[in-house]
Amino acid sequence: MRAFKITSLFALAAIAVSACASAGGTGGDIKVAILAPLSGPVPTFGVSTRDGALQAIDEWNAKGGINGQKIVPIVEDSQCTPDPAVNAAHKVIDQDKVSFIIGEVCSKASIPVADYANSKKVIMMSPTSTATGVTVDQNGKVKDYIFRACFIDPFQGKVAAKFALDTLKAKTAFIMLDQSNDYVKGLAEAFEAAYTAAGGKIVGKENYTGKDTDFSTILAKVADAKPALVYLPDYYNVVNLVTKQAKEKGITAPFMGGDGWDSPDLDTKAADGGYYTNHYSPDDTSPTVVNFVKAYGAKYKDDKGQPKTPDALAALAYDAGNLLFTAIKNAGSTDTTKVKDALTKINYAGVSGKITYDANHNPVKSAVILHVTGGKVVFDSVVAP
Amino acid sequence: MQKANSSQPFMPATRKSGARLAWIGRGFLLALALLVLIVLIRSFFDNPQLFAQIAISGLQLGFVYALIALGYTMVYGIVKLINFAHGDVFMAGAFVSFFAVSHFQLHRWPAAVFPGLPPILVTIIGSLTVILLSMVVCALMAVTIERVAYKPLRNAPRIAALITAIGVSFFLEYFGALNFVFSPRFIPYQRPFGVVTWYIYDGIHLVTEGHAPPQGAITFSNIAIIIMVVSILMQLSLQFLVRRTRIGKAMRATAFDKQAAQLMGINVDRIISVTFAIGAAFAGLGGVLYAIAYPSINTLLGVLPGLKAFVAAVLGGIGSIPGAFIGALIMGQAESLTAGYISTPMRDAIAFTILIIVLLVRPTGIFGEPEKEKV
Repeated sequence: MRAFKITSLFALAAIAVSACASAGGTGGDIKVAILAPLSGPVPTFGVSTRDGALQAIDEWNAKGGINGQKIVPIVEDSQCTPDPAVNAAHKVIDQDKVSFIIGEVCSKASIPVADYANSKKVIMMSPTSTATGVTVDQNGKVKDYIFRACFIDPFQGKVAAKFALDTLKAKTAFIMLDQSNDYVKGLAEAFEAAYTAAGGKIVGKENYTGKDTDFSTILAKVADAKPALVYLPDYYNVVNLVTKQAKEKGITAPFMGGDGWDSPDLDTKAADGGYYTNHYSPDDTSPTVVNFVKAYGAKYKDDKGQPKTPDALAALAYDAGNLLFTAIKNAGSTDTTKVKDALTKINYAGVSGKITYDANHNPVKSAVILHVTGGKVVFDSVVAP
Repeated sequence: MQKANSSQPFMPATRKSGARLAWIGRGFLLALALLVLIVLIRSFFDNPQLFAQIAISGLQLGFVYALIALGYTMVYGIVKLINFAHGDVFMAGAFVSFFAVSHFQLHRWPAAVFPGLPPILVTIIGSLTVILLSMVVCALMAVTIERVAYKPLRNAPRIAALITAIGVSFFLEYFGALNFVFSPRFIPYQRPFGVVTWYIYDGIHLVTEGHAPPQGAITFSNIAIIIMVVSILMQLSLQFLVRRTRIGKAMRATAFDKQAAQLMGINVDRIISVTFAIGAAFAGLGGVLYAIAYPSINTLLGVLPGLKAFVAAVLGGIGSIPGAFIGALIMGQAESLTAGYISTPMRDAIAFTILIIVLLVRPTGIFGEPEKEKV
């Protein structure tokens, strides 16, 4: 039984490899899989991701495809969960024989998909997975065929520190962080390192846990330390609670955070005066962004029939598609080895900034700073690293 | 949980070594208490304003816990059941007020009905209506839960009812998290009235937006005062109800001996329903005040406050109403001071450490009467 299993596995692998080889480099259509969490905990992320990627595919097809080949999308629901995501990856790689994947959205699902895709020499471009482990394995070795379109967590901390010192002229900062959340910790650590290195002073650092609702003790310490800025790189639900309680304590220092603030549920009144770093802003006035927002709104409508405004997920999925297709065009072939080489050398101006890749396949690009003011979130500036 | 000094046959430790162990334990606890005291005194003299500020936030928390703990302790006193769904009734209270305020603008009704009313009266009457509605809905909910889940098990072993209570708790949490009920999101809570903050520094001043209070000022808000006043009032009225009214007398009789009370013509089922209703109404009130103080709600909001109020009830002596109150105040301070002077993530750990210490040292709590068995 065991021997049978092993031989059949080998047979499967052999078929898959030969299929891959035959799929690459031949004429005809280019199949591209989109793995998006259309169900599960974050379905809005999935819909935005799918729509953004399809937008890019439609635009390329309207121009006549890549090197004369049409792009055919295959959309699969990967549920933001490792097992369904891996099953979807097996389906598109082994059955549909795709060589290119756009997705997954969530880091925990992207990591196992990346491992499988990399072993099959299938190029995977995650639009929004920010964990380091997506493109790099445990031993620190880069996964050759895996790329992403978003910047990674620590980068946001660096950008925030730079903005705080250069633009806000805030020389002292207080950090509040949830020690049990890797995302928050990553941003906070990067902020602290960059901020102190550039001459800023951290006047206090307090931990809380994600389940806390009462922040009055920490805020009493913030009021006591009188910082020029409070760095709070958590999700919007915590931000709502903290900023509201801070306003009531008479704390006037602005709060600053990361893309976790980006939600329609952010309490813009409580967070008034705050800033956060994000991947992109639909209010950016650069022509690339303006054109994208217009085209997207023309194609996708909300429940009321109004044009949809693309969020950061749609923008990153759009960029992910364009990065991939530009690389295929530059390589002049759908051979994944050539395409991955083209990707490492790419210099592409997307809606989320100018993108080149570093050695770990993480994009080097700019971030936008958004300002919460007057009950709205408005575009403030673009900060290059 | 057994009493610490139980002399059950399966505990083979001899009396002598047991006594020595008890002394070591007591010495250790005493040393710990001394250490805590020294740290507190030092922190007080280090920065008295910060200490006072932290103590105020502890008071605010403590009074909310008191409202929840009353429900635990009353229900336990009568049916000897730890109603673990109590924290979720508290959550429901917050959600009822959320829907009343955000979806139906119930807090604005006096302005719509009597257009000439001064705004302060509109706010007071409107907020009271919202709070009353939450209390009534929670009371009805608790009575229903009691009828459906606990009454059929009244003569079953106590552990069965306890497990059912945990089941009801999970049901409320995860049924509430369904998209068509409350949804699992963290929802920003719209308050029925605005929060005003004052600071004490050469007299009492209003905190205005954009102006930080001076260094060393102590801030407090109207919601903190409301929580304290309401909590004390509820405590007093409950004492009055239990000690001075007919229904209170019936409650005490039921708590003392259910069968004898029934023989004396007391409708025990009704008394139990009333007890659940009163406890739940207090929890609903607590839920509204908690949501106003910490305005972001989701369906798991009641879990930790519920558990901490339970610890408070045990600390005060479960079954004792003044005990629940004192226990809750101690819990609030312990939590706040831990967050202030040890570390914020430690505060939940400290809360449950207190539970363990109480159960080891004095399982009947501060005000509790010695009893044979506890759940």
